Amino acid sequence: MEREALLRVEGLSKAFGGLWAVRDYRLSLPEGVIYGLIGPNGAGKTTIFNLITGFLKPTGGKIIFAGVDITGWRPDRIAHLGIARTFQILQLYRSLSVEMNLMIAHHKHTRYGLFPALAGLPGYRRQEREVRERVAELLELFGLQEYRRARAGTLPYGLQRKLDIACALATEPRLLLLDEPSCGMNPREAEELAGLIREVKERFSLTLIVVEHRMPFIMGLAERIQVLDHGGLIAEGTPEEVRSDPKVIEAYLGVEDAVA
Amino acid sequence: MRRWTSLPGGVKFLLGIAALFLVLFIANSTLNRYVLHVITLIGIYSVATTSLNLTNGYTGLFSLGHAGFMAVGAYVATLLTFPVRLRIAYNLPLLPSFLGGPEYQWPFLPALIVGGIVAAIAALFVGAPVLRLRGHYLSVASLGFMVIITTLAKGLKDLTRGAAGIQAIPRYTNIWWVYAWLVVTIYVIWRLLNSSYGRAMLAIRESETAAQSQGIHPMRYKLLSFVIGAFFAGIAGGLYAHFARSIRPYEFSFYMTFHIVIMLIIGGAGTLLGPTVGAAIVIALKYVLKPVEEGLGIYGLVEIIYALMLIGVMLWRPEGIAGGVNPLKFLMPKRKGGS
Repeated sequence: MEREALLRVEGLSKAFGGLWAVRDYRLSLPEGVIYGLIGPNGAGKTTIFNLITGFLKPTGGKIIFAGVDITGWRPDRIAHLGIARTFQILQLYRSLSVEMNLMIAHHKHTRYGLFPALAGLPGYRRQEREVRERVAELLELFGLQEYRRARAGTLPYGLQRKLDIACALATEPRLLLLDEPSCGMNPREAEELAGLIREVKERFSLTLIVVEHRMPFIMGLAERIQVLDHGGLIAEGTPEEVRSDPKVIEAYLGVEDAVA
Repeated sequence: MRRWTSLPGGVKFLLGIAALFLVLFIANSTLNRYVLHVITLIGIYSVATTSLNLTNGYTGLFSLGHAGFMAVGAYVATLLTFPVRLRIAYNLPLLPSFLGGPEYQWPFLPALIVGGIVAAIAALFVGAPVLRLRGHYLSVASLGFMVIITTLAKGLKDLTRGAAGIQAIPRYTNIWWVYAWLVVTIYVIWRLLNSSYGRAMLAIRESETAAQSQGIHPMRYKLLSFVIGAFFAGIAGGLYAHFARSIRPYEFSFYMTFHIVIMLIIGGAGTLLGPTVGAAIVIALKYVLKPVEEGLGIYGLVEIIYALMLIGVMLWRPEGIAGGVNPLKFLMPKRKGGS
């Protein structure tokens, strides 16, 4: 744990009007780990993702990624720096093919100018070929080859979730934020997904933060877990420590099915 | 034998061009002037609608200002090519020295291109504020731009002769000019779609949020799409001016805008050839129905039929005849949830 943190968040806060959605959140995320972020509905988990990825501007606090202060940056610049995310409410390019979704996701890897593209110059062709190769790899890794020509919006829900993760990986991030990746999956699919997440983590040497509702899923996947309630951290530790923390049990009491 | 669909895109494109010009050549030598006139007009509107398709179909920005860019292209090209000896008679300014001096009359091609470039520059300035808006706010704001342009064309009497318009423009536009430009327009958009630039535009149409999370800066690609679209709209305007031989401010107003919007929606937004299909149907219908209209004495019949067609397409085939995307989706009630 003595490694330099890949992501350091200090005193991060976000207020909507008079309501604190996130208050004094902090995180020191070492490279190469999977962190879990849990908490009851409305605890501020997705807001934290939106703050880290630039979709919301923080009211206060600092976000430092790979030594760069990215607080208040635009989302596309943060993506270029190496943070990718998925969305709880899926954001696929629904009327475009699976293949096209993945090609678009490679946006930041093409460097050619407009005129080379219009004229079909060699530099443009080489980069496009590389994009196609990468797309083919991802299609295979996620078992989506047979759906490559299908419109993304027509895929079964579980596969849409997978495609969303594949698109996030296509940007070749160092840090990947997954917002309820197993949402809408049956237990077997969720189990498979956990395996896939571990596999891509090794293969792409990723660091991950995973927001989840499904307790067995996150307890089995994450090395450390942070628990949020009402926008503030109430516990942090290994899955075992968190599971037996009285404050965590209290936060979840009365919330149906939250601890499965 | 290889199937047509398995051929590489470039080969298909070249074969398509060859076929198009063969058909045009046969048409040009067999058909009468009236029919050729209609075919040329279809080509001009195809350029305009295809350029509109880039913003409205592919990028999902439902702009209604397109006729304004056509006006800019038409007036700029006309002022450059206008015959020197007629300028004084028509009260039009002589060219300043940086545009060649008072004795210089521009050839057609560079005049067209300059018209397109000025339209593109106008798009850059208009787009920066207007493209920050979304959905119908953007549509109305871009319509406002069009009204400003028509008002300017009416008001800048020293430059445009105001509401009287400019007549006796040399007739340079012919079937070859028009279809060559149509091929260029379609080529540019086709290449664009096969690059990260065009893909970014599609991404913005589908989900701006996802696009941003993948490193796409939406404003940059919205502007690019708007500017390229305006360039070809300017070209279409220049072609139109040198075909109709006279331009008046009101010609580039609501009627023109809604005409090309109808062509786009009927033909199929977000498809490469849908705009041409739409332009062909709408214009052909107009000329077929003209004698009927006059014979029955029901003037406005054509417009009623356009309106009915538009309603029909929106109800039963919102993605248009060529089957693209529904460009008016932003007017529909929002779906709940993400699935």
